[in-house]
Amino acid sequence: MRWNLLGLTAVCLLPLSVAAQKSTAEGIAEYRAMLADGNPAELYEARGEALWKQARGPKNAPLTQCDLGKGPGVVKGAFVELPRYFSDTGRVQDLESRLLTCMETLQGFSAEAIAKTPFGRDEQKNIESLVAYISGESRGMKFNLPQAHAQEKLMYAVGKQVFYQRGGPYDFSCASCHGEDNKRVRLQDLPNLTKNPGAGDGFGAWPAYRVSSGDLWGMQRRLNDCYRQQRFPFPGYASDATIALGVFMGVNGKGGVSTAPALKR
Amino acid sequence: MSDPMRIRAQAQGEKTTVRVLVSHEMESGQRKDAAGKTVPAWFIQNISATHNGKTVMNAQWGPAVSKNPFLQFAFKGGKAGDKVAVSWVDNKGDKRTDEAVIS
Repeated sequence: MRWNLLGLTAVCLLPLSVAAQKSTAEGIAEYRAMLADGNPAELYEARGEALWKQARGPKNAPLTQCDLGKGPGVVKGAFVELPRYFSDTGRVQDLESRLLTCMETLQGFSAEAIAKTPFGRDEQKNIESLVAYISGESRGMKFNLPQAHAQEKLMYAVGKQVFYQRGGPYDFSCASCHGEDNKRVRLQDLPNLTKNPGAGDGFGAWPAYRVSSGDLWGMQRRLNDCYRQQRFPFPGYASDATIALGVFMGVNGKGGVSTAPALKR
Repeated sequence: MSDPMRIRAQAQGEKTTVRVLVSHEMESGQRKDAAGKTVPAWFIQNISATHNGKTVMNAQWGPAVSKNPFLQFAFKGGKAGDKVAVSWVDNKGDKRTDEAVIS
């Protein structure tokens, strides 16, 4: 009788714990779905579109002639092909470093000064709105980063190197968390950024509105936070190391669908 | 100056559902900045909506409402093409009104 009872409780407990585990991941998905209907990233998109067209800066010019890789002023589809090589600057650039170039050449801002500005302030805040608008124009498109130019291939190799480089007080690399399937931090499932679907899902979700900080984060700010969590110094805003990481993740995510600007917890 | 709201209004049968995304800091007055000084409270105190000039929703908000809040409500009546206007007033006296057409 006693054994029977024990057996019965064991049978009862098993499905319960399975259900509890499932509801955690489901709960997060449900929470995201509820918030997605009113994703505040839309506010940033609207603000970014206005900023793109507004004449600003020392030269009092808009950004509408900015070449994001598909010709001057072409925004649609540009995001899913970045980072890429630009012949005018002679370097591979991601969306944010390219915007710095445009803001300097067209509007007369100092790219160096903006790169040094803390995230979320002054022109950095404007860049966050601009990346929301530009990425939003490519929503639902597939990532197709060019790898034809030698510089682009080089940046992929450098990005791979940076991704796997371990160091710092925790002896961490990006790959410690994002190099295998089914890893997580607390309750957050982590994407495997070395291949699809993880690379497409992970890379394709930023820029995103981060509910916990109430801000829209671009890829640069996201990478800064990765480095902070690894107790690493950030390589610097729009630095080649961060752009190389973008190339590595973006090329791995080829064919993945861009959901940016997405919504994160 | 405040950024515009995003308003979507949809009529379905007798009911019109309105979804509003408001751009506002909604500072609670409980937080401290890097220097340890209290960040002054700054939040929407009253938000209301009108349909063809008639008030259909009125709410008093406080500091517990999130930054960039999302508001959804429904009212009876309203046809495609009608206008819905949403206005808010915050504790600094700033106000903003935006309008949308029901689809």
